[in-house]
Amino acid sequence: MTGLARVEDAALLTGQGRFLDDLDPLPGTLVAAVVRSPHAHARIRSVNLEKARRMPGVAAVIGPEEVLATLKPFPLSVKTPHPYYPTATDKTRFVGEPVAVVVASDRYLAEDAAELVEIDYEPLPVVVRTDQALLPDAPLLHDGSDSNVATDREFTFGSVDEAFAEAPHVVTRTYSFPRYSSMPMECYVVVADWRDGPDGPEITAHANFHGPFSMAPVVAGALGIPTSSLRLVVPADIGGSFGIKSGVYPYIALMALASKHAGRPVRWSEDRLEHLLASSAGSDRIMTFEAAVDDDAVISALRVDLIDNVGAYLRPPEPSTLYRCFGNITGAYTIDAVHIRARAVVTNKTPTGLNRGFGGQQLYFGLERLIDDIARERDLDPAEVRRRNLIPAKAFPYATPSGGIYDSGDYERAFELALDNVDYQRLRKEQRVARENGEWMGIGIATVVDPSATNIGYVGLATPVQDRTAKRGKSGSTEHVRVTVDPQGVVGVLLGTVPQGQGHATVARDIVAERLGLPKEQVRPRVEMDTASTPWTISSGSYSSRFSPLLTSALLEAADRIAESIKVAAAVLLEVEAERLELADGMVRVIGDPDRSVAFRHAAGLIHWDPGSLPDGFSARLYEEAAYTPPQSKAASRTDQINSSLCYGFVADVVVVRIDPETLTVKIEDLSTVHDAGTILNKTLLEGQVHGAITQALGGALFEEMTYSDAGQPTAGTFMDYLCPTSAESVFPLTSDHLETPSPLTRLGAKGCGEGSSMSLPVAIANAVADALQREGITVDSLPLHGNVLHELLTTSKGN
Amino acid sequence: MKAAPFAYVRPGTVADVVAELSQEGSKVIAGGQSLVPVLAMRLGRPAQLIDINAVRDLNGLALDRGALRVGATVRQRRMQREQIAAGVPLVRLALPWVGHREVRSRGTVCGSIAHADPSAELPAVAACLEATMVLTSQRGTRQVSAADFFTGALSTVAEPDELLSDVVFPVAKPGEGFGFGEFARRHGDFALAGVAVRVRTSEGSVDARLTCFGVSDVPVTVDVSQQLRAALEKTGSDPSRPDLQSALAAHTPGVAAVAVNTGGDSHASPGYRRRLISVLAAREVSRAYVSARLSESEERSR
Repeated sequence: MTGLARVEDAALLTGQGRFLDDLDPLPGTLVAAVVRSPHAHARIRSVNLEKARRMPGVAAVIGPEEVLATLKPFPLSVKTPHPYYPTATDKTRFVGEPVAVVVASDRYLAEDAAELVEIDYEPLPVVVRTDQALLPDAPLLHDGSDSNVATDREFTFGSVDEAFAEAPHVVTRTYSFPRYSSMPMECYVVVADWRDGPDGPEITAHANFHGPFSMAPVVAGALGIPTSSLRLVVPADIGGSFGIKSGVYPYIALMALASKHAGRPVRWSEDRLEHLLASSAGSDRIMTFEAAVDDDAVISALRVDLIDNVGAYLRPPEPSTLYRCFGNITGAYTIDAVHIRARAVVTNKTPTGLNRGFGGQQLYFGLERLIDDIARERDLDPAEVRRRNLIPAKAFPYATPSGGIYDSGDYERAFELALDNVDYQRLRKEQRVARENGEWMGIGIATVVDPSATNIGYVGLATPVQDRTAKRGKSGSTEHVRVTVDPQGVVGVLLGTVPQGQGHATVARDIVAERLGLPKEQVRPRVEMDTASTPWTISSGSYSSRFSPLLTSALLEAADRIAESIKVAAAVLLEVEAERLELADGMVRVIGDPDRSVAFRHAAGLIHWDPGSLPDGFSARLYEEAAYTPPQSKAASRTDQINSSLCYGFVADVVVVRIDPETLTVKIEDLSTVHDAGTILNKTLLEGQVHGAITQALGGALFEEMTYSDAGQPTAGTFMDYLCPTSAESVFPLTSDHLETPSPLTRLGAKGCGEGSSMSLPVAIANAVADALQREGITVDSLPLHGNVLHELLTTSKGN
Repeated sequence: MKAAPFAYVRPGTVADVVAELSQEGSKVIAGGQSLVPVLAMRLGRPAQLIDINAVRDLNGLALDRGALRVGATVRQRRMQREQIAAGVPLVRLALPWVGHREVRSRGTVCGSIAHADPSAELPAVAACLEATMVLTSQRGTRQVSAADFFTGALSTVAEPDELLSDVVFPVAKPGEGFGFGEFARRHGDFALAGVAVRVRTSEGSVDARLTCFGVSDVPVTVDVSQQLRAALEKTGSDPSRPDLQSALAAHTPGVAAVAVNTGGDSHASPGYRRRLISVLAAREVSRAYVSARLSESEERSR
């Protein structure tokens, strides 16, 4: 099919997508339903599974007893006495926590039998709010622990106290960031099979999991098996994720155990109620930011106190929300000294995890609101305060105090471009007129550093240096690829990048076709992750915008090695030296003498059919695997610094809002966004990522929130209450522009681009709303912002 | 999210429907737009579902002595598209607010009214227009006015064995004008607050009826004739709509204070709902009045 922007689209648009819920990879698979806790916090007095087990059509029912008999707690990222199993064992700690699993011949029967599971609960006091979880008399979630603080570390880089002592101005603010999530079209799906082999259990699991594959040893650890005994297969189409499907992994262990008891493979397809109740979410955060500021509003030091609410367990990869942005915690600014306190508390809410932007939207909500609050206190334009603090272009590569090394950028130019694209000065004039007419018009800015290609070593920072084993550090950011050529010269690219819908196959095809001088049709990418055969290591996966910087770098290396082999074969046919050959137009030709050429496919055919004609010692193979391992991604230093990502892009958002004086609806009137993601690999896909990130940000800023009652009951448990923006809410004037300052650290100069505005736009919108209501004496320190919230703020400020 | 077991019957006549409905635990299904999610979430577990879609007599949409009679299986989308329904303009104003097009293609007018969601549009329209509900059972047929029909959130005077076989809406008369508006956080959601308005003008006299929804457990109808007259005293009897709207705005907060009777939720506190009702009432009463005056003058010039 021609005319489509992506090779993936024809199948998806004609209903040919290969989603796990449609596939039947293991014959004879039974179906599971999960019995979940209705209580936010309760001791399990007893569990009686007998009635459910006796129901016709039921193959197995498992509960805490079976879980404890076979599984170990999942290995955590930090040493905290908060054991985490795929079901509750002693207590339930959030509404929706699995307690038992029923396996039956179909889902209806399984749900009928689930109602027969008898669990006797003793309700316990509940804590859902971060501030209350910290109180000395707060209900404790985990019996082995004397507090709800799961991790608490402090870091000082540079002369923080001196800078604050010398600063003429100190601006301190506390902000809170809400809990919201991603909404993929398909929810979690697992098909798991447990077999007892000669060397212990062999697990095969199909799941719409997209990494990080560091969770594979976590699952294997719970199952008590080597990671290689867990064969994990991911379908080509996973039905979207935006991060949240990394949280499917506990169910892989749980369904494997269910399969052990059922004696058959077991399928579990999460439904939307389960997804909203108990899958995962971005963590909510309370944070205090304090800046030492001089008379010119230049910031010399920062104190940052972050408290993440990670829900009931510190489920790996948490507490990564705290550390993913560690190297870029000072944002786009020349701040030389920073003090960080990073805490996570457990509460009776669903455990948190990845969500597009992971840690960025939380961090920048504090940092970028603070910049606006500094502007207000110093009576300056917020754009001007940013100009005075942005890292200048000549400073790159730029080392941040916390260990980040910003690879490239031109923040000032990108920022000015974003301002110019909406004619910022004209907007401010318009705003003055609007204010005189009593209208609420606001302009909000955010300028953020967009980290990509995570160095997973940052997780190590949660452990104090004296407890980190020397020579057992964690680091890395490797991606892998395999390129092959068949006897007809068709090039295959095996992508184990587990895309969530980003279009990896399209980009890989275009890059390889160009590199090998082939028509695009001659390159056939195949998306397939099977840990038994696809090259991978634990940092594999589609997260932290890794494909563009990392995978494409590996791809070039593999393609170049293929090209070398093809040239050797062509050299035999053309009777010239391989060094004199080049690849172009589907041919291998002599440089400077293009009429002397053979088809790429003939050269490939020679290697397959007539390897005897090749030079002695030449390995006749047309498969090449490559891994790209950037040397800049090191483990955390003994001084707790870390370059937490390989690449650092930049985003500047300028958003204009108007607030309806009657209904208090926040309307976006204009948005200018500029992204610098290094070299652009595919403009259409980049724009798609920008639009998607903007829409996701819109959800967090204006619509979505996972709310809980004080009793721990979720109050946004269906799409009636958890409001994702639809097309009707997502239409507004948008100018999206780009700058390209190539990364010197990746082969093509590309950086990640999948998350940018999901980090920057929530706070830009908050800044705009605060700006619009500047004269009303209210404080905007949280999200989401909608009519009801503004009504309460405005009536409270008037003292009614 | 799978329904608990239930029996399913699909009778062909009204007599058979009501016979089945006399069985305990029976529930009627027509468009299923509210019932199916309730079943899937196991919030309701009827013993038997009676699918009425095969009953031809329930699919009527006809004018009958100055009224529009809407049968139990008539889809909301059909009401939007068929000319005959234009005689009840308030229904046509309200329908675009009911869910999304896909929902309206399956959902029925009677089903929405029988379901009696306090935030739904059509119960408010029925209340505002003083529509008549026709309830049919093996015991016979009875008629209930909309004012008496709704008894609470998701509850009505209909007995378990009764079918809401028709709803009868009065056709608009000359000198009548209508307004409808609602506010939701997203397009197509249930309203946080909404209003349906009917204004009658006749040779200088005005009568205005405002029905608010999403603000109590049933639609709340308020006679706002006095407020409209007070506003008209300021603006004169032929004001522009914006002028009338601002004149009305002085009076609508008082109306909202009476109408809003709910504990609120995370989307809208009672205070915010009062603000919304106040705004919507001024907007829609003014719209209805201007349209009533137009209708009156058109009638005179005929």
